[in-house]
Amino acid sequence: MTKIGVVTFPGSLDDRDALRAVRLAGAEGVALWHADHDLQGVDAVVLPGGFSYGDYLRCGAIAAISPIMTEVKAAAAKGLPVLGICNGFQVLVEAGMLPGGLIRNDHGNFFCRDQKLRVESTSTAWTNEFEQGEEIVIPLKNGEGGYIATEETLDRLEGEGLVAFRYLEVNPNGSLRDIAGLRNEMGNVVGLMPHPEHATEPGFGPDTDAAMRSGTDGLRFFRSVLNSLAVA
Amino acid sequence: MSATENTKAVLDTVENVAKDPERTQPYAALGLKDGEYALIKDILGRRPTSAELAMYSVMWSEHCSYKSSKKYLRQFGTKTTEEMRKHLMVGMGQNAGVVDIGDGWAVTFKVESHNHPSYIEPFQGAATGVGGIVRDIISMGARPIAVMDQLRFGAIDHEDTARVFHGVVGGISFYGNCLGLPNIGGETYFDSCYQANPLVNALALGVLRHEDLKLANATGVGNKVVLFGARTGGDGIGGASILASDSFSEGGPTKRPAVQVGDPFAEKVLIECCLELYAADAVEAIQDLGAAGISCATSELAANGDGGMHVELDRVLLRDETLTPEEILMSESQERMMAIVDPAKLATFEAICKKWEVEYSVLGEVTEGNRLTIDWHGERIVDVDPSTVAVDSPVYDRPVAYPAWIDALNAQGVNASGLTRSEEGAQLGKWMLDLAGSADLASKSLITNQYDHYVMGNTALAMPDDAGMVRIDEETGLGVALATDANGRYCQLDPYVGAQLALSEAYRNVSSAGATPMAVTDCLNFGSPENPEVMWQFSKAVEGLADACQILGIPVTGGNVSFYNQTGDKPIFPTPVVGVMGVIDDVAARVPSGPQDAGLNIYLLGTTQDELDGSAWAHVVHDHLGGRPPAVKLEAEKALSAVLGAGANQGLIFASHDLSDGGLAQAIAEFSLRFGMGARYWLGEIEARDGVDLTAALFSESSARAIVAVPREEDVKFIGLCEGRGVPVMRIGVTEDTAAIEVQNLFTLQLDEIRARSNETLPKYFG
Repeated sequence: MTKIGVVTFPGSLDDRDALRAVRLAGAEGVALWHADHDLQGVDAVVLPGGFSYGDYLRCGAIAAISPIMTEVKAAAAKGLPVLGICNGFQVLVEAGMLPGGLIRNDHGNFFCRDQKLRVESTSTAWTNEFEQGEEIVIPLKNGEGGYIATEETLDRLEGEGLVAFRYLEVNPNGSLRDIAGLRNEMGNVVGLMPHPEHATEPGFGPDTDAAMRSGTDGLRFFRSVLNSLAVA
Repeated sequence: MSATENTKAVLDTVENVAKDPERTQPYAALGLKDGEYALIKDILGRRPTSAELAMYSVMWSEHCSYKSSKKYLRQFGTKTTEEMRKHLMVGMGQNAGVVDIGDGWAVTFKVESHNHPSYIEPFQGAATGVGGIVRDIISMGARPIAVMDQLRFGAIDHEDTARVFHGVVGGISFYGNCLGLPNIGGETYFDSCYQANPLVNALALGVLRHEDLKLANATGVGNKVVLFGARTGGDGIGGASILASDSFSEGGPTKRPAVQVGDPFAEKVLIECCLELYAADAVEAIQDLGAAGISCATSELAANGDGGMHVELDRVLLRDETLTPEEILMSESQERMMAIVDPAKLATFEAICKKWEVEYSVLGEVTEGNRLTIDWHGERIVDVDPSTVAVDSPVYDRPVAYPAWIDALNAQGVNASGLTRSEEGAQLGKWMLDLAGSADLASKSLITNQYDHYVMGNTALAMPDDAGMVRIDEETGLGVALATDANGRYCQLDPYVGAQLALSEAYRNVSSAGATPMAVTDCLNFGSPENPEVMWQFSKAVEGLADACQILGIPVTGGNVSFYNQTGDKPIFPTPVVGVMGVIDDVAARVPSGPQDAGLNIYLLGTTQDELDGSAWAHVVHDHLGGRPPAVKLEAEKALSAVLGAGANQGLIFASHDLSDGGLAQAIAEFSLRFGMGARYWLGEIEARDGVDLTAALFSESSARAIVAVPREEDVKFIGLCEGRGVPVMRIGVTEDTAAIEVQNLFTLQLDEIRARSNETLPKYFG
């Protein structure tokens, strides 16, 4: 069975949820520990949400230089699929694996909502089950989700098709160009502020028109990586 | 603080007391009365050392000792029958009650106040309120799995309310979100009686397997006493005795330094560390450190156990090396726990702490005999019987007086006061909108959007549904629901009835979600116990609650009393916040508070009386408070609960919403707003059957009522269910794809208009 690792940093909060999502997608979840230099032979890695090391400095800054990230970075450079969710996205940015930065929401408050997104890039390890331009609903919950980058970087991201997700209807945190998530050039590394692991199980996801809490758009992130690993 | 400055020069050891037996001690500044100080001297047969004085002063404070309330709280025990105890694994007296919910699972839950710190420093006060109640849950051996908060602020338009509001909501959001605990519900009300004394109550829920239960009993001579978690600093010193047990006085000195500062990251790591310690069976007993810090933890652990305890206080890891032993004993630094550890398991304990980078220090051990002894660099500074500190504090029978004003207040009901009613559709519709946009009933999404309700992936219901609900067991779907309620206006009119109505409403809310009510927690917020009228209110509220629990057959498992909630001599409305926990076999059967489908029949369960006194209608439309609160109908609540539970389990009920503040009008507004589904209603049959006018039909707050949406093909079965249980049932409407609420022959309101009114209120003041 495909093994997908989820890293637990001190202060990680959605690590067990990410492991559940991996299981629901049909893979084996493997708990990885921040202080180890060991990926335990996993086929992909999820950096989960939370407040790693308390996020007293810039969010994700300490986690980005934690022992396990040495291995994550090296393996990602060779093509290992890596998904950064919320704090995990912040870690990817702080680790230089994706460009730009994430700052305090423009309105100053933590914000939790069912967020509509547009899928902007489907040629990645984590998004190949979506249609280009498809609209999906994924729960969002963060205090520091405002995406920023220089104009030059933003233009390059747009030009090279590296914007993976964009906020629709409501920009919940002041992100420039409504950017909700990014991919790298190879397409194996994806980071986003919303939480796909919270839209994987009927009854516990976002509301849909059909039934409350029945949204499972997030499950397709995890199925996507299984597709890409099956091909590879 | 002069109390501690005096002691800095010379260490006041037990030995020193013999040499200096008559020293003048600052017991009054520490909150002890003359008689209490004399009693301490009697107990010890000498004057206390300054360290002992520090311990007694915090532990005998109102906040820690329940000295004014104990006499009344005993009813929660004496009125609990054997039948009610059936599922109770741990009752009142430990850190939190524990209830068996089946399949080897148990849950622990408790609500607690952090009112006074939250006025002085709203952000930290509220944050540490969450932190404190969560540690109570951990100390039972449970994993915390959800939080809720019950908030009362001053008038929404008062200039100071925004300061308190933003701080409190921000503090709860910051701490709860960083802990990774879903916030699944709560309450927010505004009234000028809370202006200089907001109420910040926090509830936490935890889950454990039966065999993982932990108690705060220090047993086993030779077992180690270990303090772990955050270092001890100078924050919160005297917080318990001086802050929580004294009223705010106008123009008094600022008490900011006595408020604790929270670090949720430290607590999150501490939670995971504790759970791993439990899994490794590395602790024999455990106690959290909250109010009264080390004084409380050592004396309670020792008093609950079968031996004594010796502690070397200089081994406490400090954040500030200049702290005196008295300050260390009193410090309320957050994120600390004290464990009793078998020496054979100490290595395991240490390894787990190191893994989580949690600091720890072995302070001492469990000893023979029944003394708690504490040394400071080899010199004895405390030598007491721990029971005299932690258990046998003074119990007061405070004077009680029937309030001089209450008869006049009860006589000024809406009829006696001649409040204008209406039979006009336009006016009734306008009132419905006014209520929907009023401070207490308006949408609280500005607050709840700041709370993470997704984390842990088990949230089956959260605000704005009637109850919060979380799944406990992923295999079976077993879950629990929680709801809390308290209506201060009802309690001001009649605290006995008001407390029972709070319980009735929480019970109804849990039932409405499809769960079976099992147990109760309460946070009793009142004015000064030294005011005999407040003591009367308190005694009546406790009596009412205990009596009603007995009839409903659900025990109080724990809670908290908060006195001295007043500014100057003006007490708050009595505000007994009541939380009810219920169990549902499979959360898949849960019922939301509004329908998602058109063409469903809407039934009103229960009957309506002309009960507008103390209502939201009287408050919002007429700025009026007087008369008698609605009648309590506990047998009807039980029958209604049975119908709602059975209806949910059989899949007959697609949506359910209890009727409470704002009556039927507010209920149908919230029912439609939940998923944006319109509805058409007719009121004529309610008028005819119950003999009420249109104003009462729409705005009366009669208890034991709910509206439910039932698919047409289940009508016969559903009505049969109601009739079998003796619950009055009447079809009053139907859901429609119209994006409007039509009350036939009276008015039609567009959902957009109601939503706009509901959504605009909080942002107008706090946006």
